[in-house]
Amino acid sequence: MSEAAAELREVRGPSALGGGWRRSFELLYLIAVTEFKKAYFGTVLGYVWSLARPLMLFGVLLAVFTQIFRIGSLVPNYEVLLLFNIVLFGFFQEATLTAVNSIASQEAVVRKTQFPRLVIPLAVVVTAAFNLGLNLIVVFAFILAFGVGPEWTWLLFPVFLGLLFVLTTAVSMIVSSLYPRFRDVSIIWSVVATVLFYGSPILYPIEVVPDTLRDILLVNPLTPLFELGRMWVIDPSAPGPAEAAGGAVWLLLPAAIYLGVCALAVWIFNREAPLIAEQL
Amino acid sequence: MVIEVRGIDKTFRVPRHRIDSFKERATHPFTPIAYRELEALRGVTFDVHQGEFFGIVGRNGSGKSTLLKVMASIYQASSGRIRMAGRLAPFIELGVGFNPDLTARENVVLNGVMMGLSRREAARRLDAVLDFAELQDFAELRLKNYSSGMMVRLAFAVMVQADPDIMLIDEVLAVGDAAFAQKCTDVFREKRRAGKTIVLVTHDMATVQAFCHRAMLLHDGEVRYIGEPEEAALQYFRLNFAGPGPEGERRQDGAVPDVNARVVDAWLEDEAGGRVENVEQGEPIRLVVVAEAMQDLDSGVFGFHFLNADGVQVFGFNQPLSAGGGPGRVAAGEQVRLRARIQNPLVPGRYAVRCMVSRDRDRRDVGLQILHLLEFVVYGTRPAPGVVSVEADVDVERPA
Repeated sequence: MSEAAAELREVRGPSALGGGWRRSFELLYLIAVTEFKKAYFGTVLGYVWSLARPLMLFGVLLAVFTQIFRIGSLVPNYEVLLLFNIVLFGFFQEATLTAVNSIASQEAVVRKTQFPRLVIPLAVVVTAAFNLGLNLIVVFAFILAFGVGPEWTWLLFPVFLGLLFVLTTAVSMIVSSLYPRFRDVSIIWSVVATVLFYGSPILYPIEVVPDTLRDILLVNPLTPLFELGRMWVIDPSAPGPAEAAGGAVWLLLPAAIYLGVCALAVWIFNREAPLIAEQL
Repeated sequence: MVIEVRGIDKTFRVPRHRIDSFKERATHPFTPIAYRELEALRGVTFDVHQGEFFGIVGRNGSGKSTLLKVMASIYQASSGRIRMAGRLAPFIELGVGFNPDLTARENVVLNGVMMGLSRREAARRLDAVLDFAELQDFAELRLKNYSSGMMVRLAFAVMVQADPDIMLIDEVLAVGDAAFAQKCTDVFREKRRAGKTIVLVTHDMATVQAFCHRAMLLHDGEVRYIGEPEEAALQYFRLNFAGPGPEGERRQDGAVPDVNARVVDAWLEDEAGGRVENVEQGEPIRLVVVAEAMQDLDSGVFGFHFLNADGVQVFGFNQPLSAGGGPGRVAAGEQVRLRARIQNPLVPGRYAVRCMVSRDRDRRDVGLQILHLLEFVVYGTRPAPGVVSVEADVDVERPA
């Protein structure tokens, strides 16, 4: 009672980052780290399993596309390109699919505490990013073992990662905040994610795609993104996004969609965040 | 003032027919979704001052939990304004956010950060939390292996050690065993002394009367009363027991439980008549109660109950006002003083005294309201098994 009364401050209600930046950041860190530990500490081989999944997929696809369809033999360093793409797309897919019901599954926390809503899907993305970090060590070991690089353009790789991280976060924000309202977001997104897997230059390089189909692929912002990664890390002689699109102007469309998704994510999340507790 | 609530409305839009999927929306694109407006709170306005223990009471569905959630930034108010000063514990239920797969240590840090501490600060208070919860030995145990009692202790300890300026609590005292409830009680007293502000939502009127400085009664989302806890409790009982008939009619036949008396003062005395806080083991308990009749006590009876720290009623007795040349009849507004000298068989420990007042012995209309008189400690060095110690005269000899 002795100290002067603190200043009255407006209570603004629940929001994406309720409780301040610092608290949100610390919660994000703690939750992401614990989730990451939890995923592996219970199992015998721990981390090995998280690598096993992309490696299995890689093995199967490599066999199919070098032995059966033989696209692979047309492309220099197809093996490392395939592994690189699978691991990076795996991050996008794992994060967004886990994020869908992340807020709904944290129902108790959302409904009973003033928890910054944004932290929940963001923690999913960060946990997936930890996984990606470990997987990338293996990927780069492979890349070097196959005699690729290192190139000075590898220094640009963090830019690529940043762009992928932002897109993954934006999509996670959209699906996780819509899910409490529309439960079929989860089914829709799992279908869309599969379509994106085949609709991005993951299994194949962009230059083997016929022109008509290529225009459709280029609407997908992941297409120029993965071409960028390929050019910077695997194959400096690869066409790169601008050449593949037939001129840098054509990149404005996927770039606009990329920015649109990010803007949409911020708008939807801020609109839904105060209401999520009521809708669960 | 630490909490200022002005004209809070909260309306839930409940669809008459919930649309959970795009398909339903897509197949009936032009059907307007019919909403039913559920007004959970209407124009709620009140203030809570610093260092106050503020009770919010009301029946189920009166909007009290919704109000707490709006104050805790879990729900968005439809309109109105809330301002607060100081750090708020954003928890309205204990143990929320505990992760069963993590150890107690990890959970304490996580929960501390949720309470608004920094990570370093939360780690620094870890030992204090575990000490308070008496769980030092189980720090590395995963929470899923904890008993529910241990979990509650841990959760409460985190909240106490996070030391927020304002606590919003929903029925917390209802959990845990009696010994733990006692610990909570002590903590609340301490917090109250330290000038912390506590807002408690409950429908336990005994708690409200025992702790709260002021109380607010909510009914159908509206504030019905703000003020004395006794009066709030009384109005709550009226709401609960008024039943369907007109209130006046039912009151006449005495069926409406009511407050028959108000405690003006209650204390313990020593032999010389000085006020004391505690009683030595074996010494008689000298209890003095000054009460004001709220109703005409035609043939009033005071019933006293002595409870120990586990909430067990150890003993009690009834005292008619007519006994021993007493006034017998006490009119509403008049005061009566009872001075009791009570044999003390209590073993050392903490005790509470309550009393219930009946208007008329023959009609047996005991006022539902339990009056809290005081709490005291019996001190002494001869702990005995059980809850009372007795004099025992035993002859020991060989049978012939």
